Amino acid sequence: MPEAGEKSILSREQIRRALNRIAHEILERNGGAGELLLVGVRTRGVPLAQRLGELVSDIEGEPVPVGSLDVTLYRDDVHLRGLLTLESTDLPVSVTDRRVVLVDDVLFTGRTVRAAMDAVMDIGRPTKVQLAALIDRGHRDLPIRADYVGKNIPSSLSEDIRVRLVETDGVDEVVIMRREGAPFDRLRTSGERT
Amino acid sequence: MTSIRPAREEQTAVAPFAAQIAESAPPAVWRHRHLLDLDAVSPEEIATVLRSAKAMKAMLRREVKKAPTLRGRTIMTLFSEPSTRTRVSFETAGKLLSADVINLSSSGSSTEKGESLVDTVLTLQAAAADVLVMRHSHSGAPYLAASVLERTSVINAGDGSHAHPTQALLDLFTIEERLGSLEEKRVVIVGDISHSRVARSDLWGLCKMGATPVLCGPPTLMPWDLLKRRGFDEGHPFAGVEVETDIERALGGADVVMPLRLQKERMAAGLLPSVREYARLWQVNQERLSRHCPEAVVMHPGPMNEGVEISPDVAHGGSSAVEEQVTNGLAVRMALLLMLAAPHGGDHD
Repeated sequence: MPEAGEKSILSREQIRRALNRIAHEILERNGGAGELLLVGVRTRGVPLAQRLGELVSDIEGEPVPVGSLDVTLYRDDVHLRGLLTLESTDLPVSVTDRRVVLVDDVLFTGRTVRAAMDAVMDIGRPTKVQLAALIDRGHRDLPIRADYVGKNIPSSLSEDIRVRLVETDGVDEVVIMRREGAPFDRLRTSGERT
Repeated sequence: MTSIRPAREEQTAVAPFAAQIAESAPPAVWRHRHLLDLDAVSPEEIATVLRSAKAMKAMLRREVKKAPTLRGRTIMTLFSEPSTRTRVSFETAGKLLSADVINLSSSGSSTEKGESLVDTVLTLQAAAADVLVMRHSHSGAPYLAASVLERTSVINAGDGSHAHPTQALLDLFTIEERLGSLEEKRVVIVGDISHSRVARSDLWGLCKMGATPVLCGPPTLMPWDLLKRRGFDEGHPFAGVEVETDIERALGGADVVMPLRLQKERMAAGLLPSVREYARLWQVNQERLSRHCPEAVVMHPGPMNEGVEISPDVAHGGSSAVEEQVTNGLAVRMALLLMLAAPHGGDHD
């Protein structure tokens, strides 16, 4: 359940359905699971990629490799991020000649995705790089768009969107809240667009 | 806002994966602007460095080993003593993270004209050094430098016979990598421990991480200054250290064996009878290892005097981790530079 000051955007069931649809779209767009590699961007992209990998594998009846990516070394905002440490990047197969689907929880400015693309390119040469995001909240700083979106949430910059997953937070939910310290701005979700 | 809630019952199906993520990501901790020795570094901070270094090591196996993270940052190395592996390791680590690395040595610098250490390091700070990697023959020199520098981080790359924290971190990394953990591992350090900055920093690190260091060598070369009042003072940092002058007894049940380089000047000081006698009494050789600890990992901080403190067959044998230590040193130094050289890196002291 959302905490005080939070408004639910996606429930556990809605997250499940969104991932299910994305799994089918990935297969449709790529004509099957051959050459696919799902790569979760740390932190919450990793369990999402894992879940998508299971769904895609179930639909196609063949295992699809799933990896994780730490983009710390490629960020353009290292000076804003405080302590820098690297977590493991774990790719079960080479990215070269693969169709790589980057998976992240929230697509916002696009800067993380830019860093992820640079990181992947330094590891090898994929035939294609695609992007799946559970939430697209708009406000892009860079010319980047997702190929697969769970839900579009037009949001205000004074709002925060949190994706919580069982694997990292003990619960599956997506909530929107007023950003701490931001001036008051009426909460908007796609359900009550102004 | 991101409080961890107990998983609802119907969600426990994914629980094993949840445990895996929680285990792999304890919070990263590091509170220092300088790295001078491990005495001031907490076990959680050491674990943070080791985890980051593990990811760095994986990066060293990639086709493109370089990342742009420290672009525009300047690392200067100032070495007043000869060194190849440590200096090259820092230089490579900096370059793989795209920092500019400038190497200075005391010979050929203004030090020869009588410039003081404080003036030298202030000059390097004014010349925009973000990190100063310092090797000095006098114990404490990096502390003096750190005390006058406001914008430059100091990393101690070995000061006199006092400390060599990055070597200790790479030793801890190597042990953890080979044995899975440091907890309760019996690490036998053989040789001139008293004058070894490596062994002294290793002692701090091993004790903090729950390993059991066993010190072996001539009684004249034991670090009695560190060990005094051990067994009397409660919470003594080296309470877990064992001292055993007989190598045959020391090696019993060892998980790691680390002979130290025997420095020839110790003989001149009358602390040792002769190289031959030292080798006979304290050399780490295959016969001794096979008898007492055939599974033990052999490490050496280098450079090695083969035939003195270590026999050639052990130095290059299957249980030797000596070359791996060099690679691990690179990974550990990359992790440290990422923490210390990144712009405005965090809530440091």
